Amino acid sequence: MNQFFILIIRDVRLAFGRGGVWLPLIFFLLVATLYPFGVGPDGPLLAKTGGGVLWIAALLASLLPIDRLIAPDAEAGIFDQFAVRGISDEWIASGRVIAHWLTFGPPLMLAAVPAAGLLRLSGDTLMRLEFGLLLGTPGLAALSVMVAALTAGLRGAGALAGLLLLPLAIPLLIFGAGSLEPAGASAFKLIAACSMFLLAVAPFAAGAAIRAMRE
Amino acid sequence: MPLGQLTLENLACVRGGRLLFKDISCALGPGDATLVRGPNGAGKSSLLRIIAGLLKPYAGAVVYQGSLALADEAHALDPRQPLCKALAFWAAIDGSDGDTVNEAMGAMRINHLATVPVRMLSTGQKKRATLARIIATRADIWLLDEPSNGLDKESLTLLDAAMAIHRVRGGIIMAASHQPLGLSDVKTIAIGEG
Repeated sequence: MNQFFILIIRDVRLAFGRGGVWLPLIFFLLVATLYPFGVGPDGPLLAKTGGGVLWIAALLASLLPIDRLIAPDAEAGIFDQFAVRGISDEWIASGRVIAHWLTFGPPLMLAAVPAAGLLRLSGDTLMRLEFGLLLGTPGLAALSVMVAALTAGLRGAGALAGLLLLPLAIPLLIFGAGSLEPAGASAFKLIAACSMFLLAVAPFAAGAAIRAMRE
Repeated sequence: MPLGQLTLENLACVRGGRLLFKDISCALGPGDATLVRGPNGAGKSSLLRIIAGLLKPYAGAVVYQGSLALADEAHALDPRQPLCKALAFWAAIDGSDGDTVNEAMGAMRINHLATVPVRMLSTGQKKRATLARIIATRADIWLLDEPSNGLDKESLTLLDAAMAIHRVRGGIIMAASHQPLGLSDVKTIAIGEG
């Protein structure tokens, strides 16, 4: 168990070192800044559509750290060293999902506050957005790790990652956007369900992908 | 600490539809060393990776007691971390303390590089760092893939000394190399020669 914490601490520290934390955050804020330029400074329109735009921004932001999640460690032989020590690849992948969420979820939720201001979202909508992100970002983090493992070592991994991740993230987007309506409370449960499904599947898919890389 | 044992039983390896080797058998006890020899592409690295459990053998089995340490061409150290921290990570995973790392760095004479980021090290220095990582594991069985690659004369002496100390302590060494290493009283497995 102690090993597991050492792993998570290392991954979190490396994410800060590799700049993987700031990129999604800046991207998210950039979308919130650009959107009013695109549709015009119409307050009610921004407030009506802004929440959905931020969910799309969150999905796209989750693509940015993907090339740093698995590939560098696979290349450096770090996963091999874990395997030699008898630590299973699934266990490593679960640690990575947790570490990735810690460096992805909370920063995004923090960035959602100024972003909501830029898009004239009401306090109520912001609260719904934050709660939705709290439930949805663990699923996105799990999906990112899974896709990162599946595409690690491939040429053009970045483009392929987008094609793999975005369709699988559609349910999160639908329920995330749905949860922004005042009557959308049940959507939260569906976001949570999607997240739990992804969290359950991702360690096994990512673990199998890491193992397959050794062949 | 229970002393290590390593037994290979009729190992065969198929890679990319090609049979690389078959019927590799040997038994190593405490203090034993085996040198795997063969031309490039004969399957030396694959044999070590099979023993380490990273590849599945096509046939046969690997039985061992004790802990394994593998040094292959990947140094498995975080490129951005200072050397001492990168080594300390593995020591922490193995549950050993900072002294182990210092001792291992001393054995490979890389103490003066402790604060240098791993990516700034030269090829030979990285190889020495990899060997220090192996020493710090205190594992019973060392699997060394081309351990002498990129090492200068002085470092080769350090490598020989480290391997000798490991064997005196009851450790096992399985090394793949196309050049002779300074191992005394060593068995040889030749693969890929007809």
